[in-house]
Amino acid sequence: MLHTLSIGELAELLTSKRLSSVELTQHFLARIERFNPSLNAVITQDAARSLAAAAAADARIGRGETGPLLGIPLIHKDIFCTDGMRTSCGSRMLDNFVAPYDATVVERLANAGMIMLGKANMDEFAMGSSNETSWYGPVRNPWDTSRVPGGSSGGSAAATAARFAPIATGTDTGGSIRQPAALTGITGIKPTYGRVSRYGMIAFASSLDQAGVFARSAADAAPVLQAMAGFDPKDSTSVDAPVPDYVAALRNPLAGLKIGLLAEFFEGLDPRNAALLEAALDVFRALGAETRAVSLPSLPLSVPTYYVVAPAECSSNLSRFDGVRFGYRCQDPKDLMDLYQRSRGEGFGAEVKRRIMTGTYVLSAGYFDAYYVKAQRVRQLITDEFRAAFGEVDLLLGATTPTPAFALGEKVDDPVTMYLNDVYTIGANLAGLPALSMPCGFIDGLPMGLQLIGPHFSEARVLNAAHQYQLRTDWHERRPRGYDA
Amino acid sequence: MSDSVNQDWEVVIGLEIHAQLATRSKIFSGAATAYGAAPNTQASLVDLAYPGVLPVLNAEAVRMAVKFGLSIGATIAERSIFARKNYFYPDLPKGYQISQYEDPIVQRGTVAILLDDGVAKTVGITRAHLEEDAGKSLHEGLANASGIDLNRAGTPLLEIVSEPDMRSAKEAVAYMKKIHTLVRYLEICDGNMQEGSFRCDANVSVRPRGQATFGTRVEIKNLNSFRFVEKAIQYEVGRQIDVIDSGGRVVQETRLYDSDKHETRSMRSKEAANDYRYFPDPDLLPLVIDSSFIDAVRASLPELPDAKAARFATDFGLSAYDAGVLSASREIGAYFEAVIAEVGAPQAKLAANWVMGELSSALNRDGVEIDAARVSPAGLAGLIARIVDGTISGKLGKDVFEAMWADGGDADSVIAAKGLTQITDVAAIEAAIDAVIAANPKQLADYRAGKEKLFGFFVGQVMKAMAGKANPAQLNESLKAKLSGGHG
Repeated sequence: MLHTLSIGELAELLTSKRLSSVELTQHFLARIERFNPSLNAVITQDAARSLAAAAAADARIGRGETGPLLGIPLIHKDIFCTDGMRTSCGSRMLDNFVAPYDATVVERLANAGMIMLGKANMDEFAMGSSNETSWYGPVRNPWDTSRVPGGSSGGSAAATAARFAPIATGTDTGGSIRQPAALTGITGIKPTYGRVSRYGMIAFASSLDQAGVFARSAADAAPVLQAMAGFDPKDSTSVDAPVPDYVAALRNPLAGLKIGLLAEFFEGLDPRNAALLEAALDVFRALGAETRAVSLPSLPLSVPTYYVVAPAECSSNLSRFDGVRFGYRCQDPKDLMDLYQRSRGEGFGAEVKRRIMTGTYVLSAGYFDAYYVKAQRVRQLITDEFRAAFGEVDLLLGATTPTPAFALGEKVDDPVTMYLNDVYTIGANLAGLPALSMPCGFIDGLPMGLQLIGPHFSEARVLNAAHQYQLRTDWHERRPRGYDA
Repeated sequence: MSDSVNQDWEVVIGLEIHAQLATRSKIFSGAATAYGAAPNTQASLVDLAYPGVLPVLNAEAVRMAVKFGLSIGATIAERSIFARKNYFYPDLPKGYQISQYEDPIVQRGTVAILLDDGVAKTVGITRAHLEEDAGKSLHEGLANASGIDLNRAGTPLLEIVSEPDMRSAKEAVAYMKKIHTLVRYLEICDGNMQEGSFRCDANVSVRPRGQATFGTRVEIKNLNSFRFVEKAIQYEVGRQIDVIDSGGRVVQETRLYDSDKHETRSMRSKEAANDYRYFPDPDLLPLVIDSSFIDAVRASLPELPDAKAARFATDFGLSAYDAGVLSASREIGAYFEAVIAEVGAPQAKLAANWVMGELSSALNRDGVEIDAARVSPAGLAGLIARIVDGTISGKLGKDVFEAMWADGGDADSVIAAKGLTQITDVAAIEAAIDAVIAANPKQLADYRAGKEKLFGFFVGQVMKAMAGKANPAQLNESLKAKLSGGHG
């Protein structure tokens, strides 16, 4: 049962040479081969390349090298460019696109010795909350395959939950790591905006996008985030500040930690959801934390604000997909306009087009002030309210999602209802704050997540609090049935 | 149609000049900017707008923009913003151009221009902002297809936007030349107009004299020579006046200048104009420039053209025109000053005449730049010294200069080789005069009878006899004495 071990335990087996990275890689590749057809979590693989990387890691171990990630497999969300391998972003537009370079995240984790097993399915261009917008078909939730895993990093979440790999990368623009982590019963962290390089990560909404990690626990996520984080001269928005030792900080006691409970998050919350959070708060109080109520009056405006800012940026970011230099190109264009219109019309799916149109609209002359400028003002207001709150408390706690995983097809035709699924996660993106979701119980047999949000660059504190909670609970140890054999 | 003669109409012109900054790499990528490479060999993944790539601002481009701003007395914005200008075109790989819109790096400056009548005029510069150039579409040599060359995509541009302060095509050209001089002085642009490194769009309108509000303006795109700027504006002014005179209205539009037919023609109307949907580029943080950076750039500024011209006028007693010509580029100013260093300030006017006269015509004739001149400043100074000390006449000096230009060598060796040394020896000159007088008794008699015009005849005869080498002053003096019969 190698797939149930933590990466700390796996690293111990690898460095003591009781297990090779090639064996570990083969184990996980076999699991993907067996279980992926029912989940559709992984869409691109190159087993020979994975095994070659594993052999290289074994050679490094053979030379006496050590490292917490050396020889450990992972799966990359297919939004990260991987040199020589298809990088589709879940879109027909990039179905034929083989990236000629590695994203900084991919490069750093490869340098740390991690073995890429494949690329994870995702909502098209990371636009979606259910993983139903992918050109490669929906991903299914391993807890109940009639349900969605959440999105947009649904493939990464489902793969981690089904133990296709101990680790998967994801990206989070409005909750795309935390929401699927919650709906699949795993731990996911989105760091501070600027903490991890966006170079090589195909842009959805540049001012909101941030790469992060899916893992079974905060303790597993910490060393991976450590390896990903840090300044990158290729990304002007990455922050040139030292990366603290996330792993060492895990052990810090929580005595005196002030946890704020967001009134806006608890208002109208499903009582079963509220009960799970209450139980979690009891654990934190037992660890010495104090709790108090906090209010961010502008937070309820975060969904409409987000659905102006994100489409505006995406409408511009996706202009480069024009059929001229790479990606999908329509058959026999009769002129330039036809080439543009049909390549984009046929290459993009409905949700992407909806957001491009919304974004184009809000940036248009005559509407710019009423939508884009106003949204930026509200975004600043929300950021200021978060900053004020963090003058009083160390962390904010609330639900990650209003409900557990919903059924496939349930919301796909109702975009506004779908968008409201992100009501609790979007605030952290608008303010650029680090936030984590971890399992805190079940509703109707489906996992639920609680969310911790910290001030800028407090990843160590967020992971520390999550780890201390996970030392006293076993929600994160629960696994979906049927994936162990 | 000349724009200076019309009594009824006032012409209003503003220019948007695009100066390509002379950085080694592009404004947001590490690719080279050299001109003339094979298509798409200088386009990196960033220039090609591959998925996932990000722009990183070239600090050198920022330094150059600040240099320009300081040289026109402008405000350097402490915080300026890069924005995206969104439109689809195959030579624009990202589908947007990164430019500056609401908060440009350089704000509100001025330059002085000297008009033909010697009057100075101040032209306001509204702003100068950094942006990236687009690539090029290639339509030749491809059957049923267009090619795209992205070598130029991402080349840094400084767009310099003037106030509508010019009142004639000539003023517009004077202003454009001034900016051209300035950017080359600052070494921020090579000024090569044929390669498109320096080009402009002209906004032109006319209004009845005395009217306070501006007329409807027309933008003429992509003018890449001073002559085209002048011709295009003149044509456009005439066209607009004709439209109004015949009862029509000028339409706000963008027009292209056809340099073969010398006319402008409509490209697109305001109604058809793109909505560029500008918004701040989220991939680039606001550009923050602190005062220490500005101070360092200020300290690195060279002497600017106006300051140099003023110094030439004051120190060397040159006219404003001469001082302006000799400071038109750093190179010509340096050449002139190197000559002065040898011959001394009192000979400045003579040196100025040689630099602006013989040297300039030789440079123009052979199409070489002054720093590659075949007569060095020291060489020209040596020649001037021989004129000043009377070894040769100014007239012979031109022959010496041509010989130096053609075959190299210094003035003294050319003079010696050609035996051009001027003869000042009184005895030799008088001997020649005596011989000429003896050979021309009739002319002597006529002269002495009052036909003084014959003096020139004797000068010519003596000069001819002495192969042109007689010192003219000495010749005059001795000849006068002999003809009047002083010494028999």
